[in-house]
Amino acid sequence: MNPYLPRQAEVVSRTVESGDTFSLGLRLTDGEPYDFAPGQFNMLYLHGCGEVPISVVADDPDSDILTHTVRAVGRITRGLEQLQVGDRIGLRGPYGRGWPMTQAEGRDVVVVTGGLGCAPSVSIIHHILGHRGGYGHLSILQGVKHTDDLIWRAQYDAWAQLPDVDVLLAADVAEPGWHGHVGLVTALFDQLRLEPARTIAMLCGPEVMMRAAADGLHAIGLAEDRIYLSMERNMQCAVGHCGHCQLGGSFVCKDGPVFAWPEIRPLLGTRGY
Amino acid sequence: MNSSSFLPRDALQSLIDVLQDRGYRTIGPRAQDGAIQYLDIDDVAQLPAGTGDHQSPGRYRLHDGTSPRLFAWANGPQALKPWLFHARETLWCSTRGADGRLSFAAAPVDERPLAVIGARACDLAACHLQDRHFVDGMTDPAYAARRRGLFTVAVHCTQPAETCFCASTGDGPRAGEGFDLALSELDDGFVVVAGSAVGQTVADALPTRTASREQLAQADAEIAGAAARQTRHLPSRDLRAALFARLEHARWDDVAGRCLACGNCTSVCPTCFCHAEQDVPSLDGTSSEHVREWDSCFSEGHGYLHGFQIRPEIRHRFRQWMTHKLGSWHEQYGRSGCVGCGRCITWCPVGIDITVEAQAICGDADGGNA
Amino acid sequence: MTRPTIAVHKFSSCDGCQLAFLNAGEDLLELAGLVDIRHFLEAGVADEDAGVDIAFVEGSISTAEEVERIRRVRANSGMVVTLGACATAGGLQALRNLDGRNDAWKQAVYAQPEFIGTLEHAEPVAAHIDVDFALWGCPVNGRQVLAAVRQLLFGVTPLDPRDKLCHECKRQHAVCVMVADGRPCMGPVTRTGCGALCPRFGRDCYACFGPAENANTAAMGARLDGLGLPPADIARRFLFINSHAPGFLEAGRKHYRSDFGDD
Repeated sequence: MNPYLPRQAEVVSRTVESGDTFSLGLRLTDGEPYDFAPGQFNMLYLHGCGEVPISVVADDPDSDILTHTVRAVGRITRGLEQLQVGDRIGLRGPYGRGWPMTQAEGRDVVVVTGGLGCAPSVSIIHHILGHRGGYGHLSILQGVKHTDDLIWRAQYDAWAQLPDVDVLLAADVAEPGWHGHVGLVTALFDQLRLEPARTIAMLCGPEVMMRAAADGLHAIGLAEDRIYLSMERNMQCAVGHCGHCQLGGSFVCKDGPVFAWPEIRPLLGTRGY
Repeated sequence: MNSSSFLPRDALQSLIDVLQDRGYRTIGPRAQDGAIQYLDIDDVAQLPAGTGDHQSPGRYRLHDGTSPRLFAWANGPQALKPWLFHARETLWCSTRGADGRLSFAAAPVDERPLAVIGARACDLAACHLQDRHFVDGMTDPAYAARRRGLFTVAVHCTQPAETCFCASTGDGPRAGEGFDLALSELDDGFVVVAGSAVGQTVADALPTRTASREQLAQADAEIAGAAARQTRHLPSRDLRAALFARLEHARWDDVAGRCLACGNCTSVCPTCFCHAEQDVPSLDGTSSEHVREWDSCFSEGHGYLHGFQIRPEIRHRFRQWMTHKLGSWHEQYGRSGCVGCGRCITWCPVGIDITVEAQAICGDADGGNA
Repeated sequence: MTRPTIAVHKFSSCDGCQLAFLNAGEDLLELAGLVDIRHFLEAGVADEDAGVDIAFVEGSISTAEEVERIRRVRANSGMVVTLGACATAGGLQALRNLDGRNDAWKQAVYAQPEFIGTLEHAEPVAAHIDVDFALWGCPVNGRQVLAAVRQLLFGVTPLDPRDKLCHECKRQHAVCVMVADGRPCMGPVTRTGCGALCPRFGRDCYACFGPAENANTAAMGARLDGLGLPPADIARRFLFINSHAPGFLEAGRKHYRSDFGDD
């Protein structure tokens, strides 16, 4: 079996989420099974151009549509942005170690995300809501630079209406009429309703935000090894061969992308790693 | 399998012949373009008789001599890596039909078995490390196919270069394991030891006679002499803790001022495994080859992350290279990624010396000279 | 689907980069089926003011007429791609900028200098208009140009390989001419793209593809000095083809003195 060979997928939906962010619904055409765990990612291949790692958003057991939310910032992602429904691309995966959903069972869960870090993390929320009895209180915190960057507003509103779910939003720069916090997402920690001893935290976003969030959550009593972070590095092979994603001794593509904080803490925030 | 025999010098051709008869493509050292390179050989006359090498930081020169010996040099710019982990290789091909449908096909792998004559202990140690990376765990099909077919004839090193330090890393100059046959070159021939069952069958087909006690003693003495003559060494075989405790050492800036970030050290390193992938489409766009090629932690692309550069400065890149090679390899594969071949020292255009830099950064650390 | 339109414009140059297009042979015929070539004098298609999707520009800007014409090219083109060292970094003709004696050179070289209408400086295209993508090299090679065109046809930005040439030289298994032969090879500071053409034939790279990213020109200059090159030769290694490329200009000037004369 060649671990590098993509499968064909068809674009079945295309949604503009914000100015430079879009979602592609993809369906594998070979009829073979595909299973993934929350927090894993796929390599999407644009014919003739190259591959890019994108986390899987959807976790819908009733659908065979795999949703990927992408920000168009590089040559491949800008190419993916031009795809239309019916177009074909390559897909291989899923790859990596996902979120600690088993360790989180029976616990309160705090999900702290920044910017498009919400995309690799939304599968946590879907999973918990799909297995509601298995988890405790759910707190969802999302921070953005500008309120224009906030995607899935209706979704956040809907989650906020659910029992035992808190949704707290923050924006550095807010449009008029913004009801969320103005400032950093970490400033929302004093509004959290949680019992630190029974809480697990999952963070995804810019590293500076994750570092601050991990410090802040630890300061209010969460154990270091119950704080998990999803890391991002250059990935080309996704199976631990190409070497680009190394973070010290870890290959982010296969040892991560989700790490317990103590695993990566020594190098987190060290320029050059 | 451990019995030693002796192959007279004028019978060495039989080794090439036996291997070729068994279907192997045979490669060995040749002096070409001013350096020892592993290339196709059919005839012992193609081997570099009397050739030696002078190596120093940033400098490599071959010289001729009158010795009958064929392996009286240390090494050339490449170990076995280019023969197993190709510098450029198509992984798969994507084809787009007129209806827009894509199909993907894995690239064929040339599985003709390869026999290399003249591999050094450091080369074999490096090959073993690359096996850990490309075969153990997720298996790379092309590398694994070539590795399966590889037959290695080691020649114990008796002529270390000034840049060599394999004795310090524990990887040479005697080839300890991982070979099918190992030779010790003496003036009149070769002491032959088999290291595998298939190696024994090849040894059995050679016109050898029993090695004398004197020949065995001479072979051992030459290898011991090669170890004793090495002057370079690393401060310790495990510098992981020492390096990561010194990420802000002033020496990183100092070496960054001298380093060209040209990646020559990583290209000649027999254990460096980093590679990039890119597409090479046909002009009409209907088909595209997905190609991988050697990359380096000194390249811009290595640290690129969607509009952000993880390692913008040479200081970051050199530090990534050295802390990985001598540090985080321990986490990944249980030992240092350095086998002491000295290539990164010789082939660095500005002669940066990993042993000197390691000493400058970690010399004050505990551990001593392992 | 309508075919994208392209133009190839010539400014102050030797036409060598246009030849890279023409020398593509069968690929050029194939390309002609994929795009609509509206202006390309070397290929016999002339419509200088045609509006196009992609304009390739060869040559530096060194006359008043060229200053005006390059602005028209910009206005008429969706995307402007510089083709080669002259358009991208001034090329050989920009060498005359270095000593600020354009008029003296003109008087010395031409029998009737009054017919020479050059500006004081020969400049890269980007000194006058916005450039969307640059192809380096003296000359560019066909493979590099066609690869860029292919990516543009796919609707994505072409790859912009800025690595040092050494990476490619080692992939080609060329023996390092600096380490093994003491040659003043510029590979460690020069942008990849040529396929390591010179080192593969035992010659030292003379930096015709311009500076690589993160080129340590200070360390390179020191190494050339160590090989015994006099300062004038070190300056020429940096300034020869791409004298106005960032990094090379400063490095060259460090070693350059205007009294070198024409030895």
